[in-house]
Amino acid sequence: MPQITLKDYLRESRLFQHRAITAAAAVILLLGFLMLRLVDLQIIDHTHFTTLSRDNRVKVQPIPPTRGLIYDRNGIILAQNLPAHSLEITPEQVKDLDKTIESLSQIIHISEKDLKRFQRLRKQRRRFDSIPIRVRLEEDEVARFAINRHRFPGVDINAKLLRDYPMSYETAHVLGYVGRINESELQIIDTSNYSGTSHIGKTGIEKTYEDDLHGQVGLRQVEVNALGRVIRTLESTPPMPGKDLYLSLDAELQQVAMGAFGEENGAAVAIDPQTGDILALASKPGFDPNLFVEGISPSDYKDLQSSEHKPLFNRALRGQYPPGSTVKPFIGLAGLETGTVNFTQKKYCPGFYQLPNHSHKYRDWKKTGHGPINLSDAVTQSCDVYFYDLAHQMGIDKLHGFLKLFGFGSKTQIDITGELGGLLPSREWKKRARRTSWYPGETLIMGIGQGYFLTTPLQLASATATLATRGLKNRPKVVSAIKENGSETPTRLPAWPAETLPHESDHNWDDIIHSMTQVIEGLRGTAKRIRTPEYRIAGKTGTAQVFTVKQEEEYDEEKIAKKMRDHALFVAFAPVENPRIAVAVIVENGGHGGSVAAPIARRIMDKYLTEEPM
Amino acid sequence: MNRAFQPSGLRESNPTKAEGLLADLHLDLPLLTGLVLLCGLGVIVLYSASGQDMAQVQRQAIRLALAFGVMVVMAQIPTSVLRRWSPWLFGIGILLLIAVLAVGQVGKGAQRWLDLGFFRFQPSELLKLAVPMMIAWFLAEKSLPPKWKRLATAGFLILVPVLLIAKQPDLGTSLLVASAGIFVLFLAGLSWRFIGGMILTAIPAAWALWQWGMHEYQRNRVLTFLDPERDPLGTGYHIIQSKIAIGSGGLYGKGWLNGTQSHLEFLPERTTDFIFAVIAEEFGFTGIATLLLLYIFIILRGLYIASQAQDTYSRLLGGALTLVFFVYLFVNTGMVSGILPVVGVPLPLISYGGTSLVTIMAGFGILMSIHTHRKLLPT
Repeated sequence: MPQITLKDYLRESRLFQHRAITAAAAVILLLGFLMLRLVDLQIIDHTHFTTLSRDNRVKVQPIPPTRGLIYDRNGIILAQNLPAHSLEITPEQVKDLDKTIESLSQIIHISEKDLKRFQRLRKQRRRFDSIPIRVRLEEDEVARFAINRHRFPGVDINAKLLRDYPMSYETAHVLGYVGRINESELQIIDTSNYSGTSHIGKTGIEKTYEDDLHGQVGLRQVEVNALGRVIRTLESTPPMPGKDLYLSLDAELQQVAMGAFGEENGAAVAIDPQTGDILALASKPGFDPNLFVEGISPSDYKDLQSSEHKPLFNRALRGQYPPGSTVKPFIGLAGLETGTVNFTQKKYCPGFYQLPNHSHKYRDWKKTGHGPINLSDAVTQSCDVYFYDLAHQMGIDKLHGFLKLFGFGSKTQIDITGELGGLLPSREWKKRARRTSWYPGETLIMGIGQGYFLTTPLQLASATATLATRGLKNRPKVVSAIKENGSETPTRLPAWPAETLPHESDHNWDDIIHSMTQVIEGLRGTAKRIRTPEYRIAGKTGTAQVFTVKQEEEYDEEKIAKKMRDHALFVAFAPVENPRIAVAVIVENGGHGGSVAAPIARRIMDKYLTEEPM
Repeated sequence: MNRAFQPSGLRESNPTKAEGLLADLHLDLPLLTGLVLLCGLGVIVLYSASGQDMAQVQRQAIRLALAFGVMVVMAQIPTSVLRRWSPWLFGIGILLLIAVLAVGQVGKGAQRWLDLGFFRFQPSELLKLAVPMMIAWFLAEKSLPPKWKRLATAGFLILVPVLLIAKQPDLGTSLLVASAGIFVLFLAGLSWRFIGGMILTAIPAAWALWQWGMHEYQRNRVLTFLDPERDPLGTGYHIIQSKIAIGSGGLYGKGWLNGTQSHLEFLPERTTDFIFAVIAEEFGFTGIATLLLLYIFIILRGLYIASQAQDTYSRLLGGALTLVFFVYLFVNTGMVSGILPVVGVPLPLISYGGTSLVTIMAGFGILMSIHTHRKLLPT
């Protein structure tokens, strides 16, 4: 038996040896196969995986540029970036969030609204992101938190730059405002340059000059971990800040213009007639643009939207009003230049005007009539009948052609977005828009600036400036200089080429301007109350109908609701000899131009011509 | 076998003092050297992979000390004793697996642990040793190669624990336990015709397993293995990041402590199942090649010891334990480098964690015992 065991033992041992060698060979073979795989990954595809590994960990973060500042003509700051402090919590670093917020609210006011926003943001962001629980902290709140900071690990004060408009209401319609970039803006902006930017110009200069104000984004290459947490900065390119803008606007004049309206609504535009520089551009009422910067609350926005005073409506650029009698000097000049009338020839005013073979009576504002009256007096006293006849004789085509030269009916191309062009009616326009032919009666009422005729305050001011310079038509502009990056002084923008209107005779212009001075200086001038010994003013009052009086009815100011009352207008320039300022003022439902609008214009001209800047 | 894998203590005429001590402790110097080098390397890599977490490194060092202790203890037990214990150990293991499943019914989800209050014990680990011991004991009763009937019984003995573990579900461990049993059969002289037949049956069986035998997450693992990009942020993420780590390591690696994939947490499970990728990233192809040579040395030494054993039981058990060690290595590295499915098997002796470490070292203890308890026979 032991022999058999020994024989088995040898056989089994040999069998095992074979199997063990087979296994060892398999082991080597399989590990060789693994090595081939590693050669493939680590040597052949090494570059590819190195790129993937780098893409994993290196992220590019944008550094937003600081937005350019906006100054007025005297260097007063109109738009700036102020550090705003917000109280932020990093949830990851806080043990008991509810308890922390509760103790925080004992030293800093936290409203229901703040809490809601915090909870909303918390869901969107990552645990190591800090989330604001309060924004726009007051100075004393910042100080109070600073003392207690040690009690709140994971809570910190964060300062960021927020756009701020120190003059608030007064410059809102000129500067516009910035707000958070919305969906439709995302479609049009250069997303790489805006990658770190949250705000964009929404209206006004902020929008028109967005490209200059924004600047160039900077980039920071950072190393991040799998959760996106930044471990360290690898390299960075600093951003290029936005360019500063210098406006032709005079902040103090703007303030005066806004203030001069008192409780009234309306608009005033002041232009330097020699250059087209906008000196003041007021639209009353204004609104607080700072509300829009961090996102306006729905209730505030509703208040602004639903107010019957329409504070968001830029009357200076977008308000389209019948020019009323303020258009008479232009029509008078048209009459002279086209040879339709001469300056001294008189027409008879019985207090109304009738077209031949028509019974309709076109009334004069003065029921008793002006009697025999020449062009000069017709401007001074604003005789309607004279201009009915002049318009009738000249005809719509000539009238339209001449007024068009002054820019009526088309946009002035000012460098603020959103401007409207008004409406200068013509035969073609009527055929196109109303599908009827032009009626002679429509020419008459156009002669006194009524009917279809609509102008914006800016157009009126611009046309007045053109009249003041005897035909030098400048394109109005607000931004006069831009400070390029790194440069010490601002560079003046090149002047836009001015257009010179054709002159038939210089006398005609002198005569019309003379008649406009009589509006202020003449005994029966409609704006004689604003006469001043300091400088000479040429102007024209106007009243624009909001409400049509029926043929046999009287217009009784007292009986008509305020919002149905006429708009009061006034255009003027001064000094007559060497015009430095041209102004157009409209007071909505103000009544008479001479009594309501003219004093506002006078206040603006006084400020500009006689008072030294503070 | 190569001369390098020959035992040191036997043919030398005058052993040194240190060799004498090793012989007294029943330890095998070449195997011990390989294991110490590998574990030392593991600790160095873990220090980097854990993000220089000294506490984690210390815990692993304590486990290593414990595992080496277990190895030394196992080396003292003669194989004749082990052989007698084999059926009992197997029986206890099966009962514990049933107990785990019973407890698992209570707590939802995967249940692998048995909480003994002071100690959490994973019975499936015990089976990694008990199954090859049992099959070796069973086959060594009669002469080899085994007859058809014995083979069928042995197959059944393997299948029971494998199915019990797969049901936990623990795919990785059931795979290792199954391979341990199958290696014993293979080393016992399973006929090549039978092996070929099994492979031919395996294909429809695999299909059946896919259809009815797999959990959804296991099927997903297979699918994402075939195409990791299918779900780059979910199951495929592991493999994609692991391949990036390995590939970006290049020939010489990014240097110790400089692996970006691991340090910036892109690589998941970087101290445990995916630690191989950390080595590949930091030490490159050269580092990996060195590591694999170390593993090959240990495996060949193990197979040599088995082939030198004096009885069938020891040969079968020693060979099977060595080959299971290789399965650990290949399944893990194959998974991490994207040539095998994602199966949770650690890189032996390097991955952080204690359970499998103790089992593996116990296995090496058995190998040392096989080698050092031989009776010198006259040649």
